[in-house]
Amino acid sequence: MHNFDLCSAAIGDAIPAISLPELSRTTLALFAGASGDHNPIHIDIDFARKAGLDDVFGQGMLCMAYMSRLVTDIAPLEKIRDFATRFISITQIHARLTCLGQVVEKMTVEGEDRVRLSLVVQDENDDVKLQGYAVIAVQ
Amino acid sequence: MLDKKYIGLELGSHEFEIEPGRLKFFNQVIGQANPVFTDEAAAIAAGYPGLPVPPSFYFTMYMEQENVWGWLDTLGIELEEVLHGSQDFAFHKPAFAGQTVTLTARITDIFEKKGGTLGFVIKEITVSDTAGYLLATQKVTLVMRRQGGNQENA
Repeated sequence: MHNFDLCSAAIGDAIPAISLPELSRTTLALFAGASGDHNPIHIDIDFARKAGLDDVFGQGMLCMAYMSRLVTDIAPLEKIRDFATRFISITQIHARLTCLGQVVEKMTVEGEDRVRLSLVVQDENDDVKLQGYAVIAVQ
Repeated sequence: MLDKKYIGLELGSHEFEIEPGRLKFFNQVIGQANPVFTDEAAAIAAGYPGLPVPPSFYFTMYMEQENVWGWLDTLGIELEEVLHGSQDFAFHKPAFAGQTVTLTARITDIFEKKGGTLGFVIKEITVSDTAGYLLATQKVTLVMRRQGGNQENA
Protein backbone atom coordinates (compact mmCIF):
# COMPACT_ATOMS: atom_id res chain seq x y z
CA MET A 1 0.00 0.00 0.00
CA HIS A 2 1.17 3.53 -0.74
CA ASN A 3 0.79 6.46 1.60
CA PHE A 4 -0.93 8.56 -1.07
CA ASP A 5 -3.57 10.64 0.68
CA LEU A 6 -6.69 10.84 -1.45
CA CYS A 7 -8.37 13.23 0.99
CA SER A 8 -5.78 15.96 0.52
CA ALA A 9 -4.97 15.20 -3.14
CA ALA A 10 -5.52 18.00 -5.65
CA ILE A 11 -7.14 17.74 -9.05
CA GLY A 12 -4.41 16.77 -11.47
CA ASP A 13 -2.28 14.93 -8.90
CA ALA A 14 -0.83 11.70 -10.26
CA ILE A 15 -1.28 8.55 -8.20
CA PRO A 16 1.63 6.11 -7.85
CA ALA A 17 2.23 4.29 -11.15
CA ILE A 18 2.71 0.57 -11.67
CA SER A 19 5.08 -0.99 -14.23
CA LEU A 20 4.57 -4.59 -15.25
CA PRO A 21 7.10 -7.12 -16.49
CA GLU A 22 6.91 -8.07 -20.17
CA LEU A 23 3.60 -9.84 -20.84
CA SER A 24 4.46 -13.50 -21.21
CA ARG A 25 2.56 -16.50 -22.57
CA THR A 26 2.91 -18.00 -19.11
CA THR A 27 0.98 -15.09 -17.60
CA LEU A 28 -1.79 -15.39 -20.20
CA ALA A 29 -2.08 -19.11 -19.51
CA LEU A 30 -2.17 -18.66 -15.74
CA PHE A 31 -4.68 -15.80 -16.02
CA ALA A 32 -6.96 -17.97 -18.17
CA GLY A 33 -7.08 -20.44 -15.31
CA ALA A 34 -7.27 -17.89 -12.51
CA SER A 35 -9.89 -15.70 -14.18
CA GLY A 36 -12.21 -18.38 -15.48
CA ASP A 37 -11.94 -16.96 -19.01
CA HIS A 38 -10.74 -19.94 -21.03
CA ASN A 39 -11.08 -18.20 -24.40
CA PRO A 40 -8.44 -19.95 -26.49
CA ILE A 41 -7.69 -16.76 -28.43
CA HIS A 42 -5.51 -15.71 -25.49
CA ILE A 43 -3.69 -18.98 -24.94
CA ASP A 44 -3.74 -21.12 -28.07
CA ILE A 45 -1.76 -19.81 -31.02
CA ASP A 46 -3.37 -22.36 -33.38
CA PHE A 47 -6.80 -20.99 -32.51
CA ALA A 48 -5.63 -17.39 -32.83
CA ARG A 49 -4.18 -18.09 -36.29
CA LYS A 50 -7.35 -19.84 -37.45
CA ALA A 51 -9.20 -16.70 -36.35
CA GLY A 52 -6.98 -14.65 -38.65
CA LEU A 53 -4.56 -13.25 -36.06
CA ASP A 54 -0.79 -13.55 -36.05
CA ASP A 55 -0.60 -14.55 -32.39
CA VAL A 56 -2.47 -14.73 -29.11
CA PHE A 57 -3.14 -11.45 -27.32
CA GLY A 58 -3.60 -10.44 -23.70
CA GLN A 59 -6.89 -10.64 -21.90
CA GLY A 60 -8.49 -7.24 -21.37
CA MET A 61 -9.45 -8.33 -17.87
CA LEU A 62 -5.81 -9.09 -17.04
CA CYS A 63 -5.02 -5.46 -17.83
CA MET A 64 -8.07 -4.38 -15.86
CA ALA A 65 -6.75 -6.38 -12.91
CA TYR A 66 -3.40 -4.60 -13.22
CA MET A 67 -5.31 -1.31 -13.37
CA SER A 68 -7.23 -2.26 -10.23
CA ARG A 69 -3.95 -2.43 -8.33
CA LEU A 70 -3.55 1.32 -8.88
CA VAL A 71 -6.73 1.76 -6.86
CA THR A 72 -6.25 -0.90 -4.18
CA ASP A 73 -2.75 0.45 -3.54
CA ILE A 74 -4.18 3.77 -2.34
CA ALA A 75 -7.69 3.03 -1.07
CA PRO A 76 -9.29 0.38 1.12
CA LEU A 77 -11.56 -1.99 -0.81
CA GLU A 78 -14.72 -0.95 0.99
CA LYS A 79 -14.23 2.65 -0.19
CA ILE A 80 -14.22 1.78 -3.90
CA ARG A 81 -17.64 2.69 -5.31
CA ASP A 82 -17.11 2.34 -9.06
CA PHE A 83 -14.40 0.88 -11.25
CA ALA A 84 -14.76 0.83 -15.02
CA THR A 85 -12.79 0.74 -18.22
CA ARG A 86 -13.06 0.75 -21.97
CA PHE A 87 -10.79 -1.62 -23.86
CA ILE A 88 -9.19 0.65 -26.41
CA SER A 89 -6.73 -1.58 -28.25
CA ILE A 90 -5.44 -5.12 -28.15
CA THR A 91 -2.64 -5.89 -25.71
CA GLN A 92 0.02 -7.71 -27.66
CA ILE A 93 2.04 -10.59 -26.32
CA HIS A 94 5.34 -9.31 -24.85
CA ALA A 95 3.87 -5.83 -24.21
CA ARG A 96 5.56 -3.87 -21.43
CA LEU A 97 2.67 -2.22 -19.66
CA THR A 98 2.47 0.76 -17.36
CA CYS A 99 -0.57 1.71 -15.30
CA LEU A 100 -1.08 5.39 -14.57
CA GLY A 101 -3.73 7.47 -12.92
CA GLN A 102 -4.62 10.91 -11.72
CA VAL A 103 -7.22 12.68 -9.63
CA VAL A 104 -9.73 14.35 -11.94
CA GLU A 105 -12.72 15.25 -9.81
CA LYS A 106 -13.87 15.69 -6.26
CA MET A 107 -17.58 15.52 -5.57
CA THR A 108 -20.26 14.70 -3.05
CA VAL A 109 -22.72 11.96 -3.96
CA GLU A 110 -25.56 10.87 -1.67
CA GLY A 111 -23.93 12.86 1.13
CA GLU A 112 -20.59 11.11 0.74
CA ASP A 113 -17.37 12.84 -0.36
CA ARG A 114 -15.80 11.01 -3.28
CA VAL A 115 -12.81 11.33 -5.57
CA ARG A 116 -12.74 10.27 -9.20
CA LEU A 117 -9.51 8.95 -10.69
CA SER A 118 -8.81 8.71 -14.38
CA LEU A 119 -6.84 5.49 -15.04
CA VAL A 120 -4.86 4.28 -18.03
CA VAL A 121 -2.94 1.17 -19.04
CA GLN A 122 -0.47 1.75 -21.87
CA ASP A 123 2.32 -0.17 -23.50
CA GLU A 124 5.98 0.70 -24.11
CA ASN A 125 4.99 2.80 -27.16
CA ASP A 126 2.52 4.81 -25.06
CA ASP A 127 -0.32 3.08 -26.95
CA VAL A 128 -3.35 3.14 -24.70
CA LYS A 129 -4.75 -0.32 -24.01
CA LEU A 130 -7.32 0.59 -21.36
CA GLN A 131 -8.92 3.91 -20.45
CA GLY A 132 -10.90 3.81 -17.26
CA TYR A 133 -11.82 5.41 -13.99
CA ALA A 134 -12.50 4.70 -10.36
CA VAL A 135 -14.67 6.53 -7.83
CA ILE A 136 -13.52 6.25 -4.24
CA ALA A 137 -15.15 7.46 -1.04
CA VAL A 138 -12.94 9.62 1.15
CA GLN A 139 -13.33 10.61 4.84
CA MET B 1 -27.33 -8.99 -38.25
CA LEU B 2 -27.72 -9.13 -34.48
CA ASP B 3 -31.37 -9.67 -33.65
CA LYS B 4 -32.77 -7.10 -31.27
CA LYS B 5 -35.41 -9.60 -30.18
CA TYR B 6 -32.76 -10.87 -27.73
CA ILE B 7 -32.78 -7.60 -25.79
CA GLY B 8 -34.00 -8.58 -22.33
CA LEU B 9 -32.89 -12.21 -22.73
CA GLU B 10 -32.34 -13.68 -19.28
CA LEU B 11 -29.05 -15.57 -19.21
CA GLY B 12 -29.75 -17.35 -15.93
CA SER B 13 -28.31 -17.45 -12.46
CA HIS B 14 -25.55 -19.46 -10.83
CA GLU B 15 -23.87 -19.62 -7.45
CA PHE B 16 -20.20 -19.08 -6.80
CA GLU B 17 -18.45 -20.17 -3.65
CA ILE B 18 -15.62 -17.75 -2.86
CA GLU B 19 -12.64 -19.88 -1.89
CA PRO B 20 -9.41 -18.52 -0.38
CA GLY B 21 -7.23 -20.68 -2.65
CA ARG B 22 -8.80 -19.19 -5.76
CA LEU B 23 -8.35 -15.64 -4.48
CA LYS B 24 -4.70 -16.37 -3.64
CA PHE B 25 -4.10 -17.80 -7.13
CA PHE B 26 -5.81 -14.83 -8.80
CA ASN B 27 -3.79 -12.34 -6.78
CA GLN B 28 -0.56 -14.22 -7.45
CA VAL B 29 -1.16 -14.10 -11.20
CA ILE B 30 -2.01 -10.39 -11.26
CA GLY B 31 0.97 -9.53 -9.06
CA GLN B 32 -1.06 -8.39 -6.05
CA ALA B 33 1.36 -8.78 -3.15
CA ASN B 34 -0.54 -6.82 -0.50
CA PRO B 35 -0.95 -9.37 2.34
CA VAL B 36 -4.46 -8.11 3.13
CA PHE B 37 -5.51 -9.84 -0.11
CA THR B 38 -3.46 -13.01 0.26
CA ASP B 39 -2.98 -13.78 3.96
CA GLU B 40 -5.94 -14.58 6.20
CA ALA B 41 -4.22 -13.29 9.34
CA ALA B 42 -3.53 -9.94 7.67
CA ALA B 43 -7.10 -9.71 6.36
CA ILE B 44 -8.50 -10.37 9.82
CA ALA B 45 -6.09 -7.88 11.39
CA ALA B 46 -7.44 -5.34 8.91
CA GLY B 47 -10.95 -5.97 10.23
CA TYR B 48 -12.20 -8.22 7.43
CA PRO B 49 -13.99 -11.52 8.10
CA GLY B 50 -11.67 -13.28 5.63
CA LEU B 51 -9.75 -12.64 2.43
CA PRO B 52 -11.46 -9.77 0.58
CA VAL B 53 -12.54 -10.09 -3.04
CA PRO B 54 -10.45 -7.79 -5.27
CA PRO B 55 -12.34 -5.43 -7.61
CA SER B 56 -12.06 -7.28 -10.91
CA PHE B 57 -12.63 -10.74 -9.43
CA TYR B 58 -16.40 -10.30 -9.83
CA PHE B 59 -15.78 -10.94 -13.52
CA THR B 60 -14.25 -14.30 -12.58
CA MET B 61 -17.30 -15.13 -10.48
CA TYR B 62 -19.42 -14.62 -13.58
CA MET B 63 -17.15 -16.66 -15.87
CA GLU B 64 -17.18 -19.67 -13.56
CA GLN B 65 -20.39 -21.33 -14.76
CA GLU B 66 -21.46 -24.12 -17.11
CA ASN B 67 -21.51 -23.11 -20.77
CA VAL B 68 -20.80 -19.43 -20.10
CA TRP B 69 -20.77 -18.74 -23.86
CA GLY B 70 -23.95 -20.68 -24.67
CA TRP B 71 -25.80 -17.43 -25.37
CA LEU B 72 -23.42 -16.75 -28.31
CA ASP B 73 -24.92 -19.79 -30.07
CA THR B 74 -28.40 -18.43 -29.38
CA LEU B 75 -27.49 -15.13 -31.03
CA GLY B 76 -25.52 -16.76 -33.86
CA ILE B 77 -22.16 -15.29 -32.85
CA GLU B 78 -18.78 -17.03 -33.02
CA LEU B 79 -16.50 -16.63 -30.00
CA GLU B 80 -13.61 -15.55 -32.21
CA GLU B 81 -15.67 -12.57 -33.44
CA VAL B 82 -16.09 -11.21 -29.92
CA LEU B 83 -13.98 -8.52 -28.31
CA HIS B 84 -14.45 -7.11 -24.82
CA GLY B 85 -15.47 -3.49 -25.32
CA SER B 86 -15.91 -2.24 -21.79
CA GLN B 87 -16.43 -3.43 -18.23
CA ASP B 88 -18.07 -1.42 -15.44
CA PHE B 89 -18.28 -2.47 -11.80
CA ALA B 90 -20.42 -0.74 -9.18
CA PHE B 91 -19.71 -1.93 -5.64
CA HIS B 92 -22.34 -1.76 -2.91
CA LYS B 93 -20.98 -4.10 -0.24
CA PRO B 94 -17.66 -6.00 -0.12
CA ALA B 95 -17.47 -9.77 -0.47
CA PHE B 96 -15.10 -12.20 1.24
CA ALA B 97 -13.78 -15.74 1.03
CA GLY B 98 -16.19 -18.12 2.68
CA GLN B 99 -19.28 -16.50 1.19
CA THR B 100 -21.44 -17.96 -1.53
CA VAL B 101 -22.85 -15.42 -3.94
CA THR B 102 -25.46 -15.61 -6.71
CA LEU B 103 -24.84 -14.04 -10.10
CA THR B 104 -27.68 -13.28 -12.49
CA ALA B 105 -27.21 -11.96 -16.01
CA ARG B 106 -29.34 -10.59 -18.80
CA ILE B 107 -28.82 -8.92 -22.14
CA THR B 108 -29.95 -5.31 -21.82
CA ASP B 109 -29.15 -3.90 -25.23
CA ILE B 110 -28.14 -4.88 -28.75
CA PHE B 111 -27.19 -2.41 -31.45
CA GLU B 112 -24.98 -1.90 -34.46
CA LYS B 113 -22.66 0.80 -35.74
CA LYS B 114 -20.70 1.49 -38.93
CA GLY B 115 -23.37 0.15 -41.24
CA GLY B 116 -23.72 -3.11 -39.34
CA THR B 117 -20.06 -4.09 -39.45
CA LEU B 118 -19.77 -3.60 -35.69
CA GLY B 119 -22.29 -5.26 -33.40
CA PHE B 120 -22.68 -4.50 -29.69
CA VAL B 121 -24.22 -6.59 -26.95
CA ILE B 122 -24.61 -5.14 -23.46
CA LYS B 123 -25.04 -7.50 -20.52
CA GLU B 124 -25.87 -6.61 -16.94
CA ILE B 125 -24.90 -8.91 -14.13
CA THR B 126 -25.94 -8.65 -10.48
CA VAL B 127 -24.04 -10.24 -7.62
CA SER B 128 -26.02 -10.94 -4.44
CA ASP B 129 -25.33 -12.66 -1.14
CA THR B 130 -27.40 -15.49 0.35
CA ALA B 131 -29.69 -12.97 2.03
CA GLY B 132 -30.47 -11.44 -1.36
CA TYR B 133 -28.48 -8.29 -0.60
CA LEU B 134 -27.02 -6.71 -3.76
CA LEU B 135 -23.23 -6.69 -3.42
CA ALA B 136 -22.18 -5.47 -6.86
CA THR B 137 -23.38 -4.93 -10.40
CA GLN B 138 -21.43 -5.34 -13.60
CA LYS B 139 -22.14 -3.94 -17.03
CA VAL B 140 -20.27 -5.59 -19.90
CA THR B 141 -20.06 -4.41 -23.50
CA LEU B 142 -19.06 -7.00 -26.07
CA VAL B 143 -18.17 -5.95 -29.59
CA MET B 144 -18.37 -8.16 -32.64
CA ARG B 145 -17.11 -7.56 -36.12
CA ARG B 146 -19.85 -8.68 -38.49
CA GLN B 147 -19.99 -9.41 -42.23
CA GLY B 148 -17.54 -7.22 -44.10
CA GLY B 149 -15.55 -6.60 -40.91
CA ASN B 150 -13.67 -9.92 -40.83
CA GLN B 151 -10.17 -10.01 -42.30
CA GLU B 152 -9.17 -12.68 -44.80
CA ASN B 153 -7.44 -15.77 -43.42
CA ALA B 154 -3.79 -16.28 -44.25
